[in-house]
Amino acid sequence: MSWFKMLARNKLALIGLIIVILLVLSAIFAPLLAPHSPSEQRLEQALLLPSMEFPFGTDDLGRCIFSRIIFGARLSLLIGITVTAICAVTGVFIGMLAGFYGGIVDEVIMRLVDIFLAFPGLILALIIAGLMGPGMFNVMFALALVGWMGYARVVRGTVLAEKQKEFVETARALGATDLYLMYRHLLPNVMAPIIVMASVGIGHTILAAAGLSFLGVGVQPPTPVWGLMLKDGKGFLQTAPHLTIFPGLAIMVTVLAFNFLGDGLRDLLDPRLKEKRIE
Amino acid sequence: MSLLSIRNLTTVFHAKEGEIRACNNIDLDIAVGKSVGIIGETGCGKSVLGMSILRLLPRNVTTSGEIWYKNQNLLTLTANQLEKIRGTEIALLPQSPSTSLNPVIKTGLQITEGLQIHRKMKPSTARRQALEMLRILHLPVPEKKYQEYPHQMSGGMKQRILAAISITGQPSLLIADEPTKGLDAVLRAQVVELLQQLIRETGASLLLITHDLKVAARLCDEIGVMYAGEVIERGPAQKVLTEPEHHYTKGLLASLPDMGLCPIPGSSPSLLNQTTGCKFYPRCSARQEACRINPVPLQMCNGCYVRCLYSA
Repeated sequence: MSWFKMLARNKLALIGLIIVILLVLSAIFAPLLAPHSPSEQRLEQALLLPSMEFPFGTDDLGRCIFSRIIFGARLSLLIGITVTAICAVTGVFIGMLAGFYGGIVDEVIMRLVDIFLAFPGLILALIIAGLMGPGMFNVMFALALVGWMGYARVVRGTVLAEKQKEFVETARALGATDLYLMYRHLLPNVMAPIIVMASVGIGHTILAAAGLSFLGVGVQPPTPVWGLMLKDGKGFLQTAPHLTIFPGLAIMVTVLAFNFLGDGLRDLLDPRLKEKRIE
Repeated sequence: MSLLSIRNLTTVFHAKEGEIRACNNIDLDIAVGKSVGIIGETGCGKSVLGMSILRLLPRNVTTSGEIWYKNQNLLTLTANQLEKIRGTEIALLPQSPSTSLNPVIKTGLQITEGLQIHRKMKPSTARRQALEMLRILHLPVPEKKYQEYPHQMSGGMKQRILAAISITGQPSLLIADEPTKGLDAVLRAQVVELLQQLIRETGASLLLITHDLKVAARLCDEIGVMYAGEVIERGPAQKVLTEPEHHYTKGLLASLPDMGLCPIPGSSPSLLNQTTGCKFYPRCSARQEACRINPVPLQMCNGCYVRCLYSA
């Protein structure tokens, strides 16, 4: 509870947290919340402006945009959270090995990271997803492949600093094995920056996934996805802008919410700020 | 019978500038239940000696000689065998309590992890045992402290927590590496009491590494004086600290505040490019030409081992 109170003191973080919770709830209860089926096409209702029946209007095939956005949250969150989790776990594991063992292991791993970082992330993901063909699994694989390096770098740096500290030597003097030291003593010390990175990272991944969908290598129609809705709506940008405005807003609000939450967590988890509060 | 006996221990750091002999031909014995103090000034190799025993030195170090502990030579053991000895047979009580505890793990868990791993206790038993240990070590409100993080405690409390951690594996030998470093007088007295209590309750032997002669005098049965990587005098604590044979030990005693505060001229030599003769030659008041050239053996002299050709 005290955690929540501390987070609640930061207004933006609180807003972020509330939006994220709402998003998760609407994704879970999408069939109950959506007024219409997300894939039901009624051409006589095409391109309607927002009204009581269709809060965000309808698209060129007469589908309810509001319902599609609610169902789209499912896939966006699924991709965002899964990919970020895979990236974080891989990055932490690889960074931990590099930082802990140092020497040749560190050298090889970090050069590999450098190679991956040398490519612009989204373009590499685009190539991988393009080569593997469209589909949700391929998009997730491509995004995971270009997203783990940041975590590896941060973890390696933190471990390099932490392993010099005396509590590591103390634990070793008391018979701790390498694995035990990494898992039990170093992992808790790298968690704070990783939690912050991951919460911001979910937003970035959702944005990247929308980008891939927009470019046509992501999830395929008729699945309701925000990026795809943008793509479909771009032909009607001048005549029916609500086709693109609402999915765009959904992406923006989601990414912003995760960023706010991440900033709030950064303040919350920073030990230096914590000391200040105690004084 | 000696619990630990060190023979010809030489620890060499291979640095860019050359070889640094931090420990040079060290012989030392620790008997069961006895306390041995290693004293000497900063950089004389006393901490390296402690770390050599536990083999916790960086990879650019070579250690030669023999360290016999309960009929096994620690220097020939594999990493796996060493991990079994560390903590359960030989434990370390580290210096600087402020950095030796993991800042993000509750102190109680840092004690119980040792109990659970070394003594295979169940979490609930380990918790009870840890609280009991804290009570024995006179930590105020153990139930509350058990739930706190290290930054919420004072230095003295952290030192007690570390003491509790170091004995979780019921070691036979405790290596205390400068346990009083950076502590004020009151805290120092508390730590000395704590150590006395630890060895009394557990029956462990103690290897005390310190530059504080008073702490050594209160705790140790035997004392070894180190200078520039060598043990230059070794004998019963009473004898070494009242009527030393080596001129360096005499100088150390004379530099104490209540003995006149007379510093030894010069500073301790670099451990690079060592000379063959007496290491203390450049600073010694009683030096002779022979001291500079001839290697000086550790000789028996009035009940002490002394490394000096012209000891009093």
